[in-house]
Amino acid sequence: MSQLAHVRPALLPVRITESPKPHHGCASFHHEVFQLIAKALKTPGRHGPVGPVSEFKTTATAAARGSAIVDPRGVNLTVTAPIETTGAEAGAQPEAVLAGVKKSQIEGRSLSQIAWTRFKRDKVAMAGGVVVVLLVLMAVLSKPIQWVFDLDPNKFNQDLIDPALLAPKGGWGGMSWDHPLGVDPQYGRDMLARIIDGSWVSLLVAGGATLLSVVIGTVLGVVAGYYGGWIDSVISRMMDTFLAFPLLLFAISISASVQDGFFGLDGLPLRICVLIFVIGFFSWPYIGRIVRAQTMTLRKREFIEAATSLGARGPYILFRELLPNLVAPILVYSTLIIPTNILFEAALSFLGVGIAPPQASWGGMLSNAVDLYTADPQYMFVPGLAIFITVLAFNLLGDGLRDALDPRSK
Amino acid sequence: MSENPKDAAVTTPAQSAGAQLTKDAGPGDVLLKVTGLQKHFPIRKGLLQRQVGAVRAVDGLDFEVRAGETLGVVGESGCGKSTMGRLITRLLEPTAGTVEFQGKDITHLDAGGMRPMRRDVQMIFQDPYSSLNPRHTVGTIVGAPFRLQGVQPEGGVKKEVQRILSVVGLNPEHYNRYPHEFSGGQRQRIGIARALALNPKLVVADEPVSALDVSIQAQVVNLLDDLQQELGLTYVIIAHDLSVVRHVSDRIAVMYLGKIVELADRESLYKAPMHPYTKALMSAVPIPDPKRRGVKSERILLKGDVPSPISPPSGCRFHTRCWKATEICRTTEPALVELKPGQRVACHHPENFEDQAPQETVLLSAAKEAAELVPEAVLEESAETSAAVAAEVSEPPQEVSDPPEDVSEPPRDTDDK
Ligand SMILES: Nc1ncnc2c1ncn2[C@@H]1O[C@H](COP(=O)(O)OP(=O)(O)OP(=O)(O)O)[C@@H](O)[C@H]1O
Ligand code: SF4
Ligand SMILES: [Mg+2]
Repeated sequence: MSQLAHVRPALLPVRITESPKPHHGCASFHHEVFQLIAKALKTPGRHGPVGPVSEFKTTATAAARGSAIVDPRGVNLTVTAPIETTGAEAGAQPEAVLAGVKKSQIEGRSLSQIAWTRFKRDKVAMAGGVVVVLLVLMAVLSKPIQWVFDLDPNKFNQDLIDPALLAPKGGWGGMSWDHPLGVDPQYGRDMLARIIDGSWVSLLVAGGATLLSVVIGTVLGVVAGYYGGWIDSVISRMMDTFLAFPLLLFAISISASVQDGFFGLDGLPLRICVLIFVIGFFSWPYIGRIVRAQTMTLRKREFIEAATSLGARGPYILFRELLPNLVAPILVYSTLIIPTNILFEAALSFLGVGIAPPQASWGGMLSNAVDLYTADPQYMFVPGLAIFITVLAFNLLGDGLRDALDPRSK
Repeated sequence: MSENPKDAAVTTPAQSAGAQLTKDAGPGDVLLKVTGLQKHFPIRKGLLQRQVGAVRAVDGLDFEVRAGETLGVVGESGCGKSTMGRLITRLLEPTAGTVEFQGKDITHLDAGGMRPMRRDVQMIFQDPYSSLNPRHTVGTIVGAPFRLQGVQPEGGVKKEVQRILSVVGLNPEHYNRYPHEFSGGQRQRIGIARALALNPKLVVADEPVSALDVSIQAQVVNLLDDLQQELGLTYVIIAHDLSVVRHVSDRIAVMYLGKIVELADRESLYKAPMHPYTKALMSAVPIPDPKRRGVKSERILLKGDVPSPISPPSGCRFHTRCWKATEICRTTEPALVELKPGQRVACHHPENFEDQAPQETVLLSAAKEAAELVPEAVLEESAETSAAVAAEVSEPPQEVSDPPEDVSEPPRDTDDK
C-alpha cells in the first residue's frame, strides 16, 4: 500500500476504457483501477485534486490517444474543433489540452470567432460574401452613385433608338462609352443606371421580407418548440395552413387589389410595403419550422435544466440560453432565403403586380424584355445577369456560412 | 455600490460555508425527507392526446437525507434514478407523495415559490457536454447563479467566480473561455463550480462521473469528496454501478424499477446485502476482502432484461428475475422494513437474514430458471447464512426457502448466453 501512495498520478495507466458507462461485465477491472487511482491521487498531501489537476494529463498522453485535434504545442487546437461538440467527438479531447497554453491565449475564442476562421478559408464563400457586400453597397449608395456619375435611370434618349425597330441603334444593345451596359429599347434609358436603381428595390424587398419572416418565424418557432403542448399544436397547424396557401395566386390578388392610399401610403413605398408583407408573411413557416425543431432539441439539453434549477424564468431561458444557440441556423437560413425572395420579387414584378413603372426593377425589366425580345434580344441579358449574380452570391455565402457554423452538415 | 451595507446583507461568502450550515440543520438532522414519492409520465396517443397509460418512472419512494451525509443511489439504467433526482430538486413535479426540505413542504411549489429554495438545492448533471451552454463563457456560466438569484458577492461576481474556479481546480484565468475549449473532466468541474456557487446545502449529483474517462472519474469523485469536507455539503449521488458510490457514500439506496429495494449504511450493505438484487449488483463488483478476492465464480448473472416500467410486475417487482421468488413474491408486494438497525429491505426472503415468509417454500418456475444462472456457491452460502441467522434470531431452526433439488442441479456455465 505504501508503494501505491507514491505512484505519481501521471504514471498511472490513464487509457483504460472508452466506454462512458462500464457494464457489469467489465466492472471489476474498472473498479480496481478506480480505487487505485483514487487512492494514488488522494494520498499526497490532502490537497486532493485541486493542485495537479489541470496538469494531470500530459500532452504526451494526449498525443498517444491519436486525437487529431491536438497540436503538439497545444496551440491551434480549437481551429478544427466542431462548433457543437457532441459527447463522442469531444470525448476524444484530452484532459489537459489547455495545460500548455500560454498566457496570451487565455482569452477564449468564441464559436463565432472559430466560424470566422473557418469561413475565411472557404474561398468560394468568401467570393460570394464580397459580391454580396458590393451589391449591398451599390443598393445603399445607389442614389449618390447616380448623382456622382450623372446617371439618370429615367432619362429618355430617343436619339439612340431606331424608330422603325424600336431597338437601340448599333449592335450589342446600344453599348457605348456613354452607356456601358447599353440602353433599353423603346425609350433609350441607360441600362447601367436602371440596374443600379433597380438594385435597391430588389434588395430592400428581399431583405425586408426576409426580416419579417425571420422575426415571425423565430418568435413563433421558439415559443412552439419551448412550450410544446397545445401551443405547439396551434402554431404547427398554423404553419401547415400557411404552407398550403397558393402563395403566388394570393400574392397576385393582394398586390393587385391594394389601392393607393392604403395605410396612408401610395406609389412606390406602398408597392414595396405590399411586396415585403406578402413575401415575408407567407414564408415565415419555413424558418418557423427550422427554429421549432432546433428549439426542441436544445430544450432537452441539460443546460436548460441547469438554468431552471437556478431559478431562471421563461424569458431568461428563451433569450439568454436558447436564442444565442439559434443565431447560427437563423443566419444561415436567412442568407439562403434572400435569393429566393429576390426571385419572388422579380416574378411578381414580371407578372406586373410588383414594382410599377417607371421605377426600374430587375423583374420589371425582364418582363419588358419578353415583350420586346424580337426587337432587342440582348435586353433580357443584363437584368437576367444581375439577378443571376445576386442569387448565386447569396447562395454561396449562405452555403459557406452553414459549413463554417456547423461543419457536420457537410 | 452606493448601497454597500445592503449588499453585504445578502452576500453569501462561500468561505464561511461550514459554519453557516448549522443555521438550519445541524449535522445528522434530517435535511430532506421524501414520502411516497411518485412520478408517472403519461403516455398519450392519437389526435386527441388521450392518455393510454403511464411510465411509472418513480413509484413510491420513502427516504430521508441527513445533513452532512452522502446518500448514494444505485440501480440499473431506466430504474428512475434521474427522475428521482429531478423530483427532489423540483425540476419535475411529483405525481404523488411529498418532498420536504428543511421541514418545508416543497412538493407542489411553483417556479416562483421554488426560487428562494434553488439557492439551497443544486444539481450536478450527468453529461458535461450538454450541461454547459456552448455560447456562454465559463465566467457567464459560473456567474449565472449570482445573477439569477440576485446575489452580489463581496468583491464582485467576477472575483468570486474566479475564486470558485480555483476551488474546483480550474485556472481562474480561463474565465473568458468557452466550454468547447475544455475536456470532459474540466467541463464537469465547471458544472460543479456552478452548482456550488451559491453555497447550497444539498447537492444532487446525477451520475456525475459516468460520462468521464476512468482516470478522470477518480479525480472528480475526490474533488466532490474534498468539497464536502470543506464546505459541509450534503450529497445525493446517483450512479449506476456500485464502485463510485462505495467510494463516497455513507448510506446507499438500491433502486429497482422505480422503487427502493434496499436502503442501508454502506458497511452493512457491503458486509451483508439482504436484497437478492443488491447481492446480484454487488457480485459484479469485486470484493474488497483480500481473502475472498478472485472468487470470480460468485458472479450472479440476472436473467433477462429489466421489465418495462409501463406495466411493472405484480407483487415484488424483482420476482421475474429473482432466483428465490415464491408465490407470495408474485402476489404480495414486500414493504421496505428495517430488518436490522440501519438496514431497510423490501423482500420476503432476504439474504443474510431470517426468512420473512418461511411458509413459502415452492419456487416459481421462473425462479428455477433464474437460479440456473446463479452460481452454486451463492445459493449454498445464502442458504447457510439464512439458516444461521434464523437460528441466531429465533428459537427453532427454520426451513430454508431453497429446496435442495434446485441447489443440487449441475451448475451451468454462466457464459452460455
Ligand atoms: N420526460 C419523460 N417522459 C416520459 N418518460 C420518461 C421521461 N423521463 C424519463 N422517462 C422514463 O422513466 C424511466 C426512468 O428514467 P430515468 O431517466 O429516471 O432512469 P435512470 O435510472 O436515470 O436511467 P439511466 O441510468 O439510464 O440514466 C425510463 O423508462 C424513462 O424512459
Ligand atoms: S425473494 Fe421474493 S421478495 Fe425477495 S427479491 Fe426475490 S422475488 Fe422479491
Ligand atoms: Mg439517468
